[in-house]
Amino acid sequence: MSGTVVIRIPTPLRSYTNGADEVALEADTVGQALTTLALLHEGLGERILDADGKPRQFVNIFVGKADLRTLQGLGTSLAPGDVISIVPAVAGGRHEGEG
Amino acid sequence: MKAKDRELAALRARIAEISPSEAQRLQQQGAALIDVREADEIAQGSPPGALRLGRGFLELRVEEAVPDFDQPVVLMCNGGTRSLFAADSLARMGYSTLFSMVGGFSRWKAEGLPFEQPSQLDSLARQRYARHLTIPEVGEEGQAKLMASKVLLIGAGGLGCPAAFYLAAAGVGTLGFVDDDVVDRSNLQRQILHSEAKLGMAKVRSARQTVEALNPTVKVDTYETRLSSANVEEIFAGYDVVVDGSDNFPTRYLVNDACVKLGIPNVHGSVYRFEGQASVFWPGYAKRRGPCYRCLYPEPPPAEFAPSCMEAGVLGVLPGVIGLLEAVETIKLLLGVGDPLVGRLLCYDALKAEFRELELQPNPDCPYCAEGRAFPGYIDYEQFCHGA
Repeated sequence: MSGTVVIRIPTPLRSYTNGADEVALEADTVGQALTTLALLHEGLGERILDADGKPRQFVNIFVGKADLRTLQGLGTSLAPGDVISIVPAVAGGRHEGEG
Repeated sequence: MKAKDRELAALRARIAEISPSEAQRLQQQGAALIDVREADEIAQGSPPGALRLGRGFLELRVEEAVPDFDQPVVLMCNGGTRSLFAADSLARMGYSTLFSMVGGFSRWKAEGLPFEQPSQLDSLARQRYARHLTIPEVGEEGQAKLMASKVLLIGAGGLGCPAAFYLAAAGVGTLGFVDDDVVDRSNLQRQILHSEAKLGMAKVRSARQTVEALNPTVKVDTYETRLSSANVEEIFAGYDVVVDGSDNFPTRYLVNDACVKLGIPNVHGSVYRFEGQASVFWPGYAKRRGPCYRCLYPEPPPAEFAPSCMEAGVLGVLPGVIGLLEAVETIKLLLGVGDPLVGRLLCYDALKAEFRELELQPNPDCPYCAEGRAFPGYIDYEQFCHGA
């Protein structure tokens, strides 16, 4: 039985979610949640997962406070109400192209 | 007989010598006890209430400290010799009742008489940092630590400016700035060390001027250059903490690698529009093994995935919040107090007005910070980050 979980969308990826900062969906595992997210929002999936469906090296995924790498990866099971955070690498401090 | 010994014998004939306990008794009865040792000797301890005038400035300062020429004066040094010369000099100035303390501070201490380690701060520093001195976690010892510390800021931009401004105010002894950019009007929305009058000026120079105006006791080192594999170790050498406020991935990876190699804590901050993050990457932290930047992000995003200039942008005050979190972490590290953001990523969402914390783990196979690995060397960071 699937429960509703929340995926937090970081600012740099909100252009794919029409500006939404969170997406709620039904999923049993982190893998399912990300696959569903990719289906709902075209172009977002490839920003997070590589061609083999693994999280990209410049993206970190957390369930609650815990890094997915310390859990069971994409197979990590979710409980209703779990919050998934996507944390991509951001260079910023100053901004290029500003002079 | 050497001239020095002849002179000392003559002095001993003229000047009364007393033991430390007699000196203490005279002091309690109202005599002035003048410690003529050098500052580094006095730092090891000095009798409570002693006037620490120093031998070199004694004659210039004594009249202000002891205006009554008939007040008994006991001179002391470290062994009892310099105090004889000092007493002789004061006799010639007109002081009527002079004593020299036999055996000096060495004997005072050996006899178990009380002494204190006097303040390492001068009166101006005591005023400036008064609100620090009353905090037990800082106090005089902590403030002296800050004043002896060196912090390097990578970038005098959105994060580096607020961090440096407060670190300077806090009295960090040396602040270094690495930046090869000049001040542009579009910087002024958040880069608060710079100003309208400094448009076109090198950011490191502008930063120096503002820091020195706020706190002239801070030493500012400027490096008007882009950090590279060739210069990174020379620049980082001797710094206690590096504050990363850089704006590009090649520099972030270079800063990480150099900090891992040199064992320097890397205080990290990044901002994007209304969101920011802070952490401390310091695999060498003794109390908890945290990751380095490469554990978190083994590879940078390829150019096509990095946000474009059009998309970027930041609320001006946001790097202020994150830069000040970096400053707080830096001060905690310098003082050795509290729990640093090692192994923790603190995320701030300004729109939600929310802080969240994520747990970061070291990568056991990290090519840079994993246990027992030899440092793999610096790489071509432009190539690594922007692809072939």
